[in-house]
Amino acid sequence: VNGLSLGSIYGLIALGYTMVYGILRLINFAHGDVYMVGAYAGYYFSAYLRGDEPSFFRAGLVMVASVAVCAVLGLLIERLAYRPVRSASKMTSLITAIGVSLLLENLGQLVFGATPQSVRSPAPSFSFRLGEVTVKSADLTIFVVSLLVAGFLYVLVMKTKTGIAMRAVSYNLDAAKLMGVPTDRVIAFTFALGSGFAAVAGVLVGMAIPQIHPLMGIMYGLKAFVAAVLGGIGDIWGALLGGLLIGLAETFVVAYGSPTYRDAIAFAILILLLLFRPQGILGRPVREKV
Amino acid sequence: MRRLLPLLGIAVACALLSLLAEGVLVPGVSLPRSLLYPMRIVTLAGINIILAVSLNLINGFTGQFSIGHAGFMAIGAYGAAWVAMTFGAVVRGAVDFLPAFASDTVLLVVCLAVGALLSALGGLLVGIPSLRLRGDYLAIVTLGFGEIIRVFILNIDTVGGARGYVGIPNLVGFGWVYFTAAATLIVVHNIVHSSFGRTLLAVREDEIAAGAMGVNTTRAKVISFVISSSMAGIAGGLFAFYDGYLHTNEFTFIKSIEIVIMIVIGGLGSSLGSVVGGALYIVLTELLRPVDQYGSGLRMVVFSLALILIMIFRPQGLLGSIDFHALRRRRDDKKTVLAGRP
Repeated sequence: VNGLSLGSIYGLIALGYTMVYGILRLINFAHGDVYMVGAYAGYYFSAYLRGDEPSFFRAGLVMVASVAVCAVLGLLIERLAYRPVRSASKMTSLITAIGVSLLLENLGQLVFGATPQSVRSPAPSFSFRLGEVTVKSADLTIFVVSLLVAGFLYVLVMKTKTGIAMRAVSYNLDAAKLMGVPTDRVIAFTFALGSGFAAVAGVLVGMAIPQIHPLMGIMYGLKAFVAAVLGGIGDIWGALLGGLLIGLAETFVVAYGSPTYRDAIAFAILILLLLFRPQGILGRPVREKV
Repeated sequence: MRRLLPLLGIAVACALLSLLAEGVLVPGVSLPRSLLYPMRIVTLAGINIILAVSLNLINGFTGQFSIGHAGFMAIGAYGAAWVAMTFGAVVRGAVDFLPAFASDTVLLVVCLAVGALLSALGGLLVGIPSLRLRGDYLAIVTLGFGEIIRVFILNIDTVGGARGYVGIPNLVGFGWVYFTAAATLIVVHNIVHSSFGRTLLAVREDEIAAGAMGVNTTRAKVISFVISSSMAGIAGGLFAFYDGYLHTNEFTFIKSIEIVIMIVIGGLGSSLGSVVGGALYIVLTELLRPVDQYGSGLRMVVFSLALILIMIFRPQGLLGSIDFHALRRRRDDKKTVLAGRP
């Protein structure tokens, strides 16, 4: 159960990676830090809105507010940092992404303070038994919400006009531009959406693991990216599946092996997979063009 | 060979300078205390230069994006330190007819060689499977291997595990670091200007075309990767003998990314750029230290902003493709003018 909820968090963050990578072929290193900002936004909003009784309504409000904050942050990052270097080499945009990531981490330490904060969940918590295991409400919420978000994204990408535009940009940016797709707006929208998902993950993680700190985004972000690659980058369900796999694997390693190997297991799985199936579990192989 | 004389001159000058600084040449005279901190920064900058120049061989000249360099540095550091701690007495015993200074040197060279060899082996093991991938996948796999190496070292108890590795002898100062840095530059320079270097450049420019021309691209990439790793191992060994203390937290992927930042701000595919980037990185972070008094952590905020701005306004790096040979060409031009030749 721990593995499932941890994996859902990875999956939610991985969705943002997979969208941005799918469209721009850019590893958005700052994504994990947007998730951190989301967690802090959740922390401050739930402190601000604290009433006498925790309620689902208030939890929803906190969620919406945090998502809004992160979506704006995502837009800003895209507009100020990534757009100027979009035509430059890949290395340049990657370093820019790392720069943004460093900026958010250090700004986070400056503004939020370097000490970890503990979160009081705004949602009512309960637990029930399912056969042998006890399921906590937070874990259940995380799992269900991540499924809902992935479903929402799937419908958005596959069934709406915006989704068609996103897929067109992902397939060929220049051709899409020639066909009259407002590429800048589509890319900005993708960033806002991905950052919003990161905020969802941030708020949820505050409920399940009630401790947040400014550097939490680094490891989560990295493993979420691994999850996105694992599932097949650019694939929505692949991201979620990859996240769940890594979450479960980590939990098993901690439970049955040595906890110090925890950080290595995600990479070990990734390396094995890439050697045998470089396109990921659900990805399609890409033909190489000369 | 004639072209390398300036570099060799630098190396000798470094060695003499450090011997002077450490009071070996003139006994009893050593550096004033106020210079210790700048010396440390300058020495660490030298280690950074070795790391950046070696990573530039694989990232800049071969065009294979690796972000796991800290892992190989860790192998070299722990390997060299372990040899010194375990076999140090044996090695010293074998050369006990030499004066202390010389036997230190023998021990250092042996340890660094073993560290470099282990790193090269690690590079080979990592390189063979992962260099079949390209682009971002290669990047993420090297990053993964770097982290795996770190976690494995963390779990080896004989080298301290999570406590860190303490009691490593201090064998290295300013001079050794810069001597090695100069040697690294010479080696990389020679590789790039050899026919093998041309092969690497061909792989960088167009891997498919290079393959079609009969270049064994995988072999070229793996060799370049192994050389680069072994140099990182030497840098790690120097770091171990300079600091006398190792902890795996020094070698996280953040360190790898730092090295990538160094070569990119300096200019990819330029050894001079790597030198400038490697030195600038640490000097910049240290010079910004006073900023911290306006709020703890503000320094890194300013630094990351500077990084983003450099990338936006100078995406090819500070030096772009300017390298050592460009400096020399200018001088050669002058010479031709003076000689009155066309």
